[in-house]
Amino acid sequence: MTAAIVDAPVRTQPQPVAVSRCYTFELVKLVSQWRVRLVFLACLLAPAIYTAVISQQTSLPADAVYGRWMNQSGWAGSLVILDVMGTLVLPLLTCLVAGDVFAVEDRLGTWRHLMVAVRSPRRIFVSKAMAALTVTLALLAALLVSSLAGGLLALGTQPMPGLDGHIMDSGELTRTVLLGWLTIVPPTLAFSAVGLLGSVALGRSPLGLLMPVIIALILEGVQLMPVPVALRVATPMNAFITHRGLFTAPGQLGSLWIGLAVSLAWTALATYLAYRLFVRRDFTDLAYDGMGRRFLVAGLAPLAGLAAVTTVVVAVTTGANGTGIERPKLEASLATSFSHLYVLQTEQLNRQAVTEEQLHATAKCDKAGERVEDHGPGADWRCVVTWTLPGATATGNAIYQLDVTADGRYVADGDGPKEVNGFFQVATPLGDRPNPLWQFDGVVDLLATTK
Amino acid sequence: MQPAAAVRARGITKTFGDVIALDGVDLDLPEGQIHGLVGPNGAGKTTLLGMLLGLAVADGGSLEILGSPVGRILSVPGGVTGFVDGPGLYPELTARQNLAALVSLRSGAGRSADVDELLDRVGLTEVAGDSVRGFSLGMRQRLGLAAALLGEPRLLVLDEPANGLDPAGKRQVHQVLTDLAEAGGTVVLSSHRMDDLAALCDDVTLLSTGRVVFSGPVHKLATESGELDYRLVTTDADGARRLADDIPGLSQVAGRKSQSQYDDQSVVVRGPEPALDDLVARLVGAGIAIRELGPVVPPLEAAFLALTGAGADTDPGPDADISPASTPDLQETSR
Repeated sequence: MTAAIVDAPVRTQPQPVAVSRCYTFELVKLVSQWRVRLVFLACLLAPAIYTAVISQQTSLPADAVYGRWMNQSGWAGSLVILDVMGTLVLPLLTCLVAGDVFAVEDRLGTWRHLMVAVRSPRRIFVSKAMAALTVTLALLAALLVSSLAGGLLALGTQPMPGLDGHIMDSGELTRTVLLGWLTIVPPTLAFSAVGLLGSVALGRSPLGLLMPVIIALILEGVQLMPVPVALRVATPMNAFITHRGLFTAPGQLGSLWIGLAVSLAWTALATYLAYRLFVRRDFTDLAYDGMGRRFLVAGLAPLAGLAAVTTVVVAVTTGANGTGIERPKLEASLATSFSHLYVLQTEQLNRQAVTEEQLHATAKCDKAGERVEDHGPGADWRCVVTWTLPGATATGNAIYQLDVTADGRYVADGDGPKEVNGFFQVATPLGDRPNPLWQFDGVVDLLATTK
Repeated sequence: MQPAAAVRARGITKTFGDVIALDGVDLDLPEGQIHGLVGPNGAGKTTLLGMLLGLAVADGGSLEILGSPVGRILSVPGGVTGFVDGPGLYPELTARQNLAALVSLRSGAGRSADVDELLDRVGLTEVAGDSVRGFSLGMRQRLGLAAALLGEPRLLVLDEPANGLDPAGKRQVHQVLTDLAEAGGTVVLSSHRMDDLAALCDDVTLLSTGRVVFSGPVHKLATESGELDYRLVTTDADGARRLADDIPGLSQVAGRKSQSQYDDQSVVVRGPEPALDDLVARLVGAGIAIRELGPVVPPLEAAFLALTGAGADTDPGPDADISPASTPDLQETSR
């Protein structure tokens, strides 16, 4: 080897290392970390074990959308996991991968070594970002496969009602569940980009590592409050739950598309900011340990500006105002869900078949009595559903207490009559079965306009 | 014929804010030479080494490396490798994986033979499959050297490569560097240990507060030390003192203590070598046996202290390492 040195011709400035090689190098470093391996293993096993075990229980996580269906359909488990992912789990995963991918070099003191080897900060940035993206997507894929495997192997592919009560068969569920998981990719990318930004800007500081979770906590706080709907849907956090709109017919796709666009905008801006800060960094400064307070101006202020701009754009283009939760929308949603589930209950009870159209179901809702205006979230909504059966002159009435959350999801809790929605089970010819009209989940389209 | 220059620097300046890291540095490194860079902390060694690796550019002056002018970050020509500020290894990977990853980064797949050969050269074959997390500092240094050698360097830049090395490891590293120089490669290394530099380097450059205060052969540096203090242990300390008093140009230095078992019998004198020779002759003539005679501070260290002013108020002792702990008047920050 040394013999080659003497005869080696004088080389001119060498080309930087190819991005593909640099990417492989970064990927090897990432997957060699025990932390990443353990998280991947957890993503591969935990959802399967959870859905398989819960699907055999009678006590179900009814607080989660589709939780009450976990012991009746193998699809429900994956949807529960999908919904939980959108809380803080995915931002946390992005912390572990993207949030550390640059900071690890600061911790190990390997920046100069890497620069000398690769000779291009741009290529290092691209490679690191791509490696982090690859691992993050692998974690998502593991979660999807695991959650589906656990539920489907334990229970099978039984049909299940959508969030408007319409029955979804196995084919529709396959498509919709996969699409649902696909919809959380863009917001995951957005938080990954925030992770890159924190990792680049704050070096070894734990704040850099936790940046996606910190931003997610702030946005989650916004989501919990009855803020204007334009602000709510203009954050990447809301994009985690827009898959719910796929489970109604017709789909509530407005929030979904906005969530996609907002997430991509956050991804682009945060990645650009991280890139700009990275290529401007002085790697000879041995004392460098993150930007400190300057990050507020160079990192967080542009993201806050983006949130403000997207909020205004959404407000102007959709005309949406207020909380988006209004009495007419709630009444229409409840009546539709009731109709679908009544038909399901009729089939379970082996009664004479009836269609949703024949029922002519309507709902009347009121929030907390006459002194309170009928809009906004709250557990104080009380509704009466009225319907008629073909050939009958009398109308049926069913009472529901509704707990409506600020994101448009509601839980309808049947309050009688006992024969319709007052008891959690119904006696079918095949034995006792869960009563689909007793409690069910629904979702209000926050962006829909009322006439 | 004059050997070609691996590095040619003229009037290099570099500042970090108000701090002047390099102030008009000239440097000529011929090919096939091992060149030492020495100086107290904050002298600008790491900054200069970083420039040679392309990690920084000078604010002023000109720099040519392997015949190519260098004016931008990371624009040094191929064949320049090395490390500053530690060897830069990934603790989750094994020694072999660290090198293999670098091989694939630089040249794609294959060349595992190079990896094994290099691990053997730096004496890490037995631990090639072990995670670097458990490596000692010396083992990391050797692996870092192996990583630098992967690039088939024509100019190898090493920042404190002897840190943490045991005597066997040091010998191994010295052999690797000597082989490289004999094959025509150039090595620039920094060290705080003058004995390492004396054993390994052809020439040294001594930096102090960003300026070159000496550059040339190691043996010439020793002559820059001025008058040295010598510790003399005899069978008759009082007789030796009396004789020393009678010799023109020779003075006794009081109050110095050493670790010698003959400390009570020792005399420390300062003066030129001819005067010392005269003292030895008179001691022999007076029938006083000489048990020990040597400089209190080795000549290279004395030169370092004299040229940098680092030892003005201190006497580090015969085995002292020139480090911040032993020279508290030095700047503590590294640039």
